[in-house]
Amino acid sequence: MSDIVLDVKNLRVEFDTYGGIVKAVRGVSFSVPRGQTLAIVGESGCGKSVTVQAIMGLIPMPPGRITSGSAKLNGQEMLGLSPKEANQFRGVEIGMIFQDPMTSLNPTMTIGDQIAETLIVHRGYTKKASAKIAVDLLDKTKIPEAAKRARQYPFEFSGGMLQRSMIAMSLACNPTVLIADEPTTALDVTIQAEILELMLELKRTEGMSIILITHDLAVVARVADDVAVMYAGQIIESGSVDQIFYESAHPYTMGLKEAMPTNKPNEERKLMPISGSPPDLFHPPAGCGYFARCPHAMDICESNQPSGFRIAADHYASCWLHHELAPEVDALHLVGDQ
Amino acid sequence: MLIETRALTKHFRIGSHQILHAVDGITLSIQENEILGLVGESGSGKSTFGKTLVGLYDRTSGEAFYNGVPLPAKFKSKDHLTYSREMQMIFQDPYSSLNPRMTVLDIIGEGLVLPGTHSRSEIHEKVAYWLEKVGLHPDHMSRYPHEFSGGQRQRIGIARAMIIEPRFVVCDEPISALDVSVQAQIINLLDELKESIGLTLLFIAHDLSMVRYVSHRMAVMYLGTLVEIGPSNELFFDPQHPYTQLLIESNPEPDPVLERSRPHTPIKGEITSPINVKPGCRFVDRCPRAMAHCSHETPEFIATSKDRYVACHLFS
Repeated sequence: MSDIVLDVKNLRVEFDTYGGIVKAVRGVSFSVPRGQTLAIVGESGCGKSVTVQAIMGLIPMPPGRITSGSAKLNGQEMLGLSPKEANQFRGVEIGMIFQDPMTSLNPTMTIGDQIAETLIVHRGYTKKASAKIAVDLLDKTKIPEAAKRARQYPFEFSGGMLQRSMIAMSLACNPTVLIADEPTTALDVTIQAEILELMLELKRTEGMSIILITHDLAVVARVADDVAVMYAGQIIESGSVDQIFYESAHPYTMGLKEAMPTNKPNEERKLMPISGSPPDLFHPPAGCGYFARCPHAMDICESNQPSGFRIAADHYASCWLHHELAPEVDALHLVGDQ
Repeated sequence: MLIETRALTKHFRIGSHQILHAVDGITLSIQENEILGLVGESGSGKSTFGKTLVGLYDRTSGEAFYNGVPLPAKFKSKDHLTYSREMQMIFQDPYSSLNPRMTVLDIIGEGLVLPGTHSRSEIHEKVAYWLEKVGLHPDHMSRYPHEFSGGQRQRIGIARAMIIEPRFVVCDEPISALDVSVQAQIINLLDELKESIGLTLLFIAHDLSMVRYVSHRMAVMYLGTLVEIGPSNELFFDPQHPYTQLLIESNPEPDPVLERSRPHTPIKGEITSPINVKPGCRFVDRCPRAMAHCSHETPEFIATSKDRYVACHLFS
């Protein structure tokens, strides 16, 4: 298993708030192989962003707290590092891009200077050398007239261009892993298609691993190799993209798929919403987090947390329906095998 | 026809010599009980069109009709009172579109207070009825917006629009801010309301799959102009305008096998500026099939089959 670049085990994150302690991430484990894209999918508040922020050392402490777990990048532990140590890998070994490029960039610095700054700080390059590389990076992310654009400020860029600049910046130190937190959510479909295409190309040419955080299953289908579905602070199903889409094994994954329209000629299917809302993470349920909304819920689900059942090679689902004593549920295969 | 517009235009003056052509000569009609989907990129003028239609913006030129009656270019407060009983709007952002200092009762009931036709207890009763109808509890009436989730707030926004019992509702990106599982709840709710009270909807969104699912006909806007309109399924599966084709090609599907087999040819460039636009087709800079005369002759709307219209020189 030397090909695993990033290995996260049993990560738990809490936040102190006025209302009590929020258990935002409740035991998350996953690994990312070299040159692969892992998509972490889930709805708002499921803990997907907190998970990657914890890995990056971006959780403000206090009020945040990593109560357990490990995250190893090429075998080196990243949790619990001092800010100085964290800067050795942050932006160097792991690059990150955010949902809103407009607020993630400094409005008073030129785009070129912002990219060059990474190289000056982490690599000790001269101002001149780093400025030249900044232009090359902008060129690599397909920004036309890169040399001219490097001298411009963020407000002179469109949303798509800003996201390209963010990618250029994150590539500056040739990271092993690129974390993209909802990189296309704020963009139009046409621009989204371009950014996703760029990410796929960079993965091929640079051999980077990508962690893509998103709520959009269509984006996942386009770029992911592996998928982890998160719900209420836990990964409830993980597997290859095909396993997740065609052999979904967790009722929540199926529910998500049935709640989305697909475009097949001559197929009229009614959207099936998931009723109810996610559980309160101030008081996480003792059993399965999806219990209250699950159409297949059984008695055991309320009080006992399901462990990850192995469905197939590298395909796991945390659902009691996969226990040998559980009844057969036809609906499990309703949405698969389309 | 419940709604009809002829060359509806809305320009914004910015600075002393610049004009932003937000909506430029849109002619379309919406039948009673129809859902018309309006799609386009950000900045294409879809929201401005919707807001101009219900009188939230003054029209620069062109005509608009409600049930055959011409609508004023500039709504006076009397007009707002008359037409807000017939036409309502649901907004995109359920956070900023509800007054945080008003209770749910006041927010939803406000539309009934203004005309002065309902007593306090009648309003109370109706708000309770609509809260239940949109899937909230009548007890929620005394709460404030911050006590609700995004999906619940959007339901409050819907109840506020529906309590007037309008015939026409503009839904401006009603689901963009919501999670997938909640989107389906809201869509099904709108669908149910449409059936039960006979609504006509202009459904504005940028999610092409959702618009195809929801609407009978689909209209595509680009830089303030309409480029194509037709029955949703026909338009989606057989797009005619090069822009519609590229838009639909860029739309990802939740199906990995299909995605892998798809040619990945994203659209080139980005939407150009709507300020001081030149004559000619507005898509010419990005169009893969642009011809010489596209850059100076504005394409007319051409009927390509029954109910299908496209504004492109390829079809003339």
